[in-house]
Amino acid sequence: MTEDFIYLSLSELIDGFKTKQFSVSEVVKSLINRCEKFKPLNVYITECFENALKKAADSDQRYANGNNLPLDGAPLGIKDLFCTKDILTTSGSHILYNFVPPYESTVTSNLLNNGAIFVGKTNMDEFAMGSSNKTSYFGPVINPWKSKNSDKDLVPGGSSGGSASAVAAHLCYGALGSDTGGSVRQPASFCGIVGLKPTYGRCSRYGMIAFASSLDQAGTMTKTVEDSAILLKAIAGYDDRDATSSKEAVPDYASFIGKSLKGLRIGIPAEYKEKVASKDIEMLWERGINVLREAGCEIKEVSLPHTKYALPAYYIIAPAEASSNLARFDGIRFGYQGEGETLQEIYENSRDVFGKEVRRRIMIGTYVLSSGHFDDHYIKAKKIQRLILNDFLNAYNDVDAILTPTAPSGAFAIDEEITDPVQMYLNDVFTVTVNLAGIPAISVPFGYTNDGLPLGLQVISKHFREDLLFQIGAKLESDSGFKSWKE
Amino acid sequence: MSYLLKDWEVVIGMEVHAQIITKTKLFSSAPSSFGEEPNENVAFIDAGFPGMLPSLNEHAIDQAIRTGLGISGHINLNSYFDRKNYFYPDLPQGYQISQFFIPLVSDGYIDIESKNVQKKRIRIERIHVEQDAGKNIHDKDPYYSLVDLNRAGVPLMEIVTKPDISSPEEACLFLSKLRTMLRYLKTCNGNMEEGSMRADINVSVRRKGEPLGTRVEIKNVNSLKFIAEAINYEVERQIDLINDGGKVVQETRLFNSITCETKSLRTKEDAQDYRYFTDPDIPMLKITEDRVNKIKDSMLELPDQKKNRYMNDYGLTEYDASVLISEPEIAGYFESAISEYTVLVNNCEIQQSEIKLITNWISSELFAKLNSEQLAIEQSKISPKALSELVMLINTDVISGKIAKDVFQIMWDTGDSAVKIVDEKGMRQITDTNAIEESIRKVLSENPDKLQEYKSGKVKLFGFFVGLLMKETKGKANPQVLNKLLKEYMDK
Repeated sequence: MTEDFIYLSLSELIDGFKTKQFSVSEVVKSLINRCEKFKPLNVYITECFENALKKAADSDQRYANGNNLPLDGAPLGIKDLFCTKDILTTSGSHILYNFVPPYESTVTSNLLNNGAIFVGKTNMDEFAMGSSNKTSYFGPVINPWKSKNSDKDLVPGGSSGGSASAVAAHLCYGALGSDTGGSVRQPASFCGIVGLKPTYGRCSRYGMIAFASSLDQAGTMTKTVEDSAILLKAIAGYDDRDATSSKEAVPDYASFIGKSLKGLRIGIPAEYKEKVASKDIEMLWERGINVLREAGCEIKEVSLPHTKYALPAYYIIAPAEASSNLARFDGIRFGYQGEGETLQEIYENSRDVFGKEVRRRIMIGTYVLSSGHFDDHYIKAKKIQRLILNDFLNAYNDVDAILTPTAPSGAFAIDEEITDPVQMYLNDVFTVTVNLAGIPAISVPFGYTNDGLPLGLQVISKHFREDLLFQIGAKLESDSGFKSWKE
Repeated sequence: MSYLLKDWEVVIGMEVHAQIITKTKLFSSAPSSFGEEPNENVAFIDAGFPGMLPSLNEHAIDQAIRTGLGISGHINLNSYFDRKNYFYPDLPQGYQISQFFIPLVSDGYIDIESKNVQKKRIRIERIHVEQDAGKNIHDKDPYYSLVDLNRAGVPLMEIVTKPDISSPEEACLFLSKLRTMLRYLKTCNGNMEEGSMRADINVSVRRKGEPLGTRVEIKNVNSLKFIAEAINYEVERQIDLINDGGKVVQETRLFNSITCETKSLRTKEDAQDYRYFTDPDIPMLKITEDRVNKIKDSMLELPDQKKNRYMNDYGLTEYDASVLISEPEIAGYFESAISEYTVLVNNCEIQQSEIKLITNWISSELFAKLNSEQLAIEQSKISPKALSELVMLINTDVISGKIAKDVFQIMWDTGDSAVKIVDEKGMRQITDTNAIEESIRKVLSENPDKLQEYKSGKVKLFGFFVGLLMKETKGKANPQVLNKLLKEYMDK
C-alpha cells in the first residue's frame, strides 16, 4: 500500500483532501495504524482514535458537499494540558489521572470549529515543568531521531515532548504545545520540526491548565513554517474569557510566506554568543546569518545586556506563580484524592503524588513569595523581567528581528542522568528571555549536530509581529538543507 | 463604662466586609444571589477547576467606585488584583483574589455625631474589592464536613478604617452610618443577619498619653448590639489583664454572642503567611476619569446632604432629620408624604408646622405600628398619600390629634381613607361655639361645688372640667375653642 500522504505537510494534506487525492478517513485510518506501530515512542497519553474516525467521516462528507472548513480533516495532536471536553486531560500528572473536563479550551475549540480532528492528547512533562519529558507521570517520550554514534533512546525535549515527537514521527500533521520558558521551541529543535511561541496574549489561555500564568502561551508544532502560520491563524484571537488575551487583529499569516526579506534588519545578540559552547551550534548560527544576509537582510550586532539574569529571574517568577496555580489540586473536588482522617491528611496524601520536579518548583515558589523573601526574590525578579523587556525594545530600535540558536545542544539520551536541576534549567538559556519579554519567537530546523541530530535556529520579533517570524522562518527553512525524519 | 473613668483610652479600627449588590460573582457568570440550594450558584472557576480563568464583573467595580465616591474617597485609576494564598476547602482555587498592594479606593471618611458622641471624622484608609469564600458546613453530616460554594467568589468590598474609633458607641455609630450610606448608594443591602455586611474589629487599650497597645482582632461580629458587647468585653479583658501585670498578645479572637465573651482563635505565631502577589491572570485595573465622572453624575443625594436639606429647607431638628434619613425607604416615605400634602394644599408652599406634624406622625404613630407588626416602611398599610390626608384633617381642625389616633388605627385596619372614616363615623370636631357653650353650661351647672372650689383657688380643677366636657362631646370638641370658652365661663 502506498501511503504517500504520511510525510505530507498539513497544507499539502489539506490540498490533497480538496483535490480528492485521498479521503480524510483513509488518512486517519493509516495514521492510527502508524500510531500503533510507533507506540513505544509514548507520544500520546490518550488516543482518540474512535472519535477521530467518526470526525473523519464527517469531514469527508463536507468535502463531498463542498462545505469544508479551513482545517477540515487535519489530524492533530493536542498537548495534554489543553482541556478537551469529555476527553481525559492530565497535564502529565498523577493528580489529574482521572480528570475529564466538562469544557473545551478556547484554542482546541477554535481548531474543532475549523474542522480539525484530534488524534490524541500528547504526553508532556508534569504540569509542563521540564525540558526532557522525563517528569511525566505517564513515562518518558522517545525522540524518533537517533544519534549517528549510538543506538540510545533520546529525549524529545520538553515540556511539549509528546507533541514534538508525534509531529516528527508523522503521527499527526501538527500539534499544539505550550511554551512558558521554551517548552515548544526546545523540543521542536530537538525533534527537527517547527515550533512557534506566539506573543503573550495572542492566543487565549482559557482551558489551558496553568503553569505560570504570566508566561504561558499556547504554541504550534508543525512540519513546516507554513503549517505553523495556518495553525496560528486558526487558534489566535481575543477571548473574553481570558482577560490577558489581546484584541489585536489576526492577519492571514500564511500570506507572509515567501515574501522578500530585502531590507529587513536582523539583530545578532552579543550576549548569546558568549553562551554558545559548541562548535556545531556556532557554525549553524553563522550559516543562518549568511542565508539571511544573502537574502538581502542587514545583519547588525545588538546588545541584550540583562540576558545573564534571565534564567534566575525565570526560575523565580515561574515557580512563584506555579506554587499558587497548583494550590487548587488539593484532592477535594477532582483528580486524585489521597486517604486521610483529617482535612490536613487528605491534603497531604493527595498532593503527595506530585512528582519531584513539581514539588521542587512548588517549594521554590512558596519560598520566594513568603514574607521576608518576597522583596529580595520575587520583586527583584519582576524588575529584571522589566529590564529584559527593555533590552529587547531598545534592540528593536535598530533591528526588526533577532536570530539566535534555539537550544544550547541537540537531544540528549534518556538515560543521561542529570542530577543537578540547574544543569537541566540551562536548556532554556536562549528561549526564556522571549517569555519574560512576552514577545513571539519561532524555532526552525536548520541543521544537525556532529552526531546528526537536529538543531533549530530561533527568530525573535516584536509583540504581535508573528508575520515577520513566518517571513524570515520560511526563508531559513527553504535554505536549510534540513531533511525531516522519515521511516 | 467604668474603664473610661480610669484614665484608659480605647483604640478601635474596623474592617467591614460588604457584599456588593450585583447580579453575578466577581470573576464568574454565576449568580451572586443569597438563599439558593447549596452549590447551585457555582461556575467552574468558582470551584477552582483547572484551566479556568477569572473574567471581571465590571459592574461590581462601578459599585465599589460609587461607594468610594460616597465616602469622599480617592479613586485609584490604576489598581491591581492580588492573590492571597492559603488552603481551605471553602477556597477552591487555593487563593482569594483581593487587592493587597494598591486598592481601588483610598483616603475616604465618614463623619459621625450623636447626642452622646461629639462630631468626629472616622477616616477610611481603603476600600478594596475581593472575592468572598464559600462555606464549610460541619453540622449536617455525622462523618463529613460539607462545602457550599454558592458564596465563593461573590464580590465584596472590604472597607478599612484608621484606628480613629474610641468607644463602642462610636463603633456602632460608624457602622450604622456606613450601612445607611451603602443602602443609599445601593451598593450593599447592609443585611448583617444574612452576612452581607460583616465587621472585624481591632481593639487595643492604653493609659492616656502612652503609646498604642497591642491590638486584638475580633472576627465576624454580625450585629450592632454584638459589636458593642464584643468591644466592651474585650476592653475589660485587656484592662484587667494589664492591671494584673499581664500583657495583651496579638491574636485573633472570636466573639460568642451567647456568652458575650471573646475567645482566642489563633495567635500571631500561628498566623498564615499569605504570600501575596499580583494575580497574573488579571491585567491592571485601569479606571478612566470619564468612568468615575459618569458614576459621580449619576449619584443621588447622600444621607448627610439629605439631612442638611431637611434641616435647612424644612426646618426640622437635627434629631428628626436623622431619624428620617436613617433608611432610604423612610426618607422616601417622608418625601412622598410631603409631596402628596403639597398637592392637597393646591401646591401652595407647605408650612414648617405642617412638615413637623407629618414628621411626628411618621416617627411616632407609624413607627410604633410598623414595629409592633414587624413591618418595613415600604410594607406600611397606610400610604404616604393616606397619611398626608390624615394630617390635613388635623391641620384644618376637622379632627383633633386625639381623634386622629383612632382614625389612624381604623385606616390601618381597613385601608379606608381618613376622610371616609371621619365622615362615616361622625368624628368631625365640634368647632361650633354655641354647641360647646351649651355643653359647658350643662357641665358647670351639674358641678356647682367643684366650680366653687375652683373659684376659691383650686385652679387644678380646670383639667377636671376639660375631662368632663370631652366626655360630654365624645372628644369631638375642638380643644382650643373649648379651653378658651371654658376659661371664660369659669372665671366669670
